[in-house]
Amino acid sequence: MLSLRGLSHGYNGAARLTFPDFEADGGASVVLRGPSGSGKSTLIALAAGLLDVQCGSLRVAGVELAGMANRARDAWRAETLGVVPQRLHLSPSLTVRDNLALAYVSAGLLVDPLRISELLATLGISAFGARKPHALSVGQLQRVALARALLRRPAVLLVDEPTAYLDDQTAIAVVDLLLREAHRADSMLLLATHDRRVLDALPEARVLALRSAPSDVA
Amino acid sequence: MTLAGLAWRYLWARPLSAVLNLALLSLGVAVLTFLLLAGSQIERALTRDLAGIDLVVGAKGSPMQLLLAGVFHLDVPPGNIPGTTLTRLRGHPMVAAALPLALGDSLRGFRIAGTEATYLDWYGASLAEGRLWGVPMEVVLGHSVAHNLRLAMGTAVIGSHGLGGDGQAHEATPYVVVGRLQRCGCVLDRLVLTAVESVWAVHARIDPTGVATPRANAVAEVDAGPGDLTIVLVRYKTPLAAAVLPRWVQAQPGLQAASPALETARLFRLIGVGLDVVGGFAVLLLAMSTLSIFVALVHAVRDRESDLAMMRMLGAPPARLAALVALESLWLALLALCAGLLLGHGLAEGLGRMLANQRSLAITGFAWTSDELWCIVAMLVLALLAAAIPAWRAGQLEVTQLLQAPR
Repeated sequence: MLSLRGLSHGYNGAARLTFPDFEADGGASVVLRGPSGSGKSTLIALAAGLLDVQCGSLRVAGVELAGMANRARDAWRAETLGVVPQRLHLSPSLTVRDNLALAYVSAGLLVDPLRISELLATLGISAFGARKPHALSVGQLQRVALARALLRRPAVLLVDEPTAYLDDQTAIAVVDLLLREAHRADSMLLLATHDRRVLDALPEARVLALRSAPSDVA
Repeated sequence: MTLAGLAWRYLWARPLSAVLNLALLSLGVAVLTFLLLAGSQIERALTRDLAGIDLVVGAKGSPMQLLLAGVFHLDVPPGNIPGTTLTRLRGHPMVAAALPLALGDSLRGFRIAGTEATYLDWYGASLAEGRLWGVPMEVVLGHSVAHNLRLAMGTAVIGSHGLGGDGQAHEATPYVVVGRLQRCGCVLDRLVLTAVESVWAVHARIDPTGVATPRANAVAEVDAGPGDLTIVLVRYKTPLAAAVLPRWVQAQPGLQAASPALETARLFRLIGVGLDVVGGFAVLLLAMSTLSIFVALVHAVRDRESDLAMMRMLGAPPARLAALVALESLWLALLALCAGLLLGHGLAEGLGRMLANQRSLAITGFAWTSDELWCIVAMLVLALLAAAIPAWRAGQLEVTQLLQAPR
């Protein structure tokens, strides 16, 4: 589940971002949308526990992030959150399998090669395990990044702009894939996007709409 | 894959830079190792060769020459002294033991030393085969001599005049090989030992009168004629002798005394300057390579900012990223240590073989010194120092900004 209450965040020298109160239970998909400067990235960073909650309450997957210590948030993030960033951020130095193993190493865990093989197979990219990312197509890379996010069966699957540069057909296919895999892993899907097509493809999703900051564009 | 495994992969993700840094570091380690090995072994070999000798007595000349010729058998002795010197020294109340050496001839480049059997006891040497010389003209070969010349027991050999091995051959007076010494790691290894009388006998044939005749080559002047000795090695009975005996010797006409302790200290100081200069270069090389590791790591962290940010996103605390960078540095250091130590020991062994061919000091690459342990510790500490700032920066990355798409 995801819950925002009186949440706001301010950076030095910039107008304070205020987020609307919001509540969604674990079964629902949530689409996070809003224009540039509305604080989408900030909310993602807050929800990922990368930023301190300065004011208000933010509960993700049943855990209150406000007041949680840095170290505890790192551990919590490793266990609870699967993230697919917009630029995917697969390491060009490592093979596909090692990129997935990075999720375990980062969390300080032993690598589970069986789970990696299983996910690669599920996502239809078993053949690319030993390749480096530069040898893969964009669609394949996206699947690799998704596999990395799903490895530890996260409670929340956080995906940032998955359809930004895709044609309509592929975009729909990607949303379907995300929905299916989130369901399979029993994860709550949290999608940040301003892509109309995603909203259309997810009619039953809860929408968390952010407004642009009041005096920001002066 | 573990964190160390990941660091390893990242290291080799930039192979050229890795190899260059490795080469630089290994060279530094190799030079340092070589210096430590050679320095310690030369010092130990020389100290061992001193064998409790308190005073070297010979003809007037430089004390250093006397030491090099009489103890280490590296230089030409300054000249001969009368045989009575030995008996007078043995009669001196402050002398515990005195040992004669009659030099002047060589056997295919190895020096023939006329002496007494106690010479072996001073070095704790023992026979590997055969027996000691009983009568004149019997010789016992040192380990390196036997190893090089491969002479069977009972073989007759002909010494040649002078210490270089290319002098006139004493064909009329062949020696007979009767024994072979075990390796002692000391000067005896490269000597051919015989009775003093043998040396006298050889030269009596050339020069029956015992009077020195003018000779063409300077080295030849050195040989001991009948009754003459070249060097007398002395052990003191009392520490007081150090103050008295050298002066007593100096007061005798034609005699010169050299204190091995003083002269070797002087020798080490002379060699030491050279070793220090090369050692300085090695340290400089290490400092430079540490700097290059530092630069490489700074670049690596900058190149890999987004990888590191992603690791944070995957739950790695800042300390784990710092550890990753430090581990990469440690891998470099470890590889460089392996390669450098191997190369350093190889160099020492190479030098050892070269010196063995020149019948000089015994140096081996198959030995360790405790200083190498310090070298290893220092290398690892340097690697961690080089990694400190890049590692800290890796922990401080702005994850949120790095993971955002460019707008």
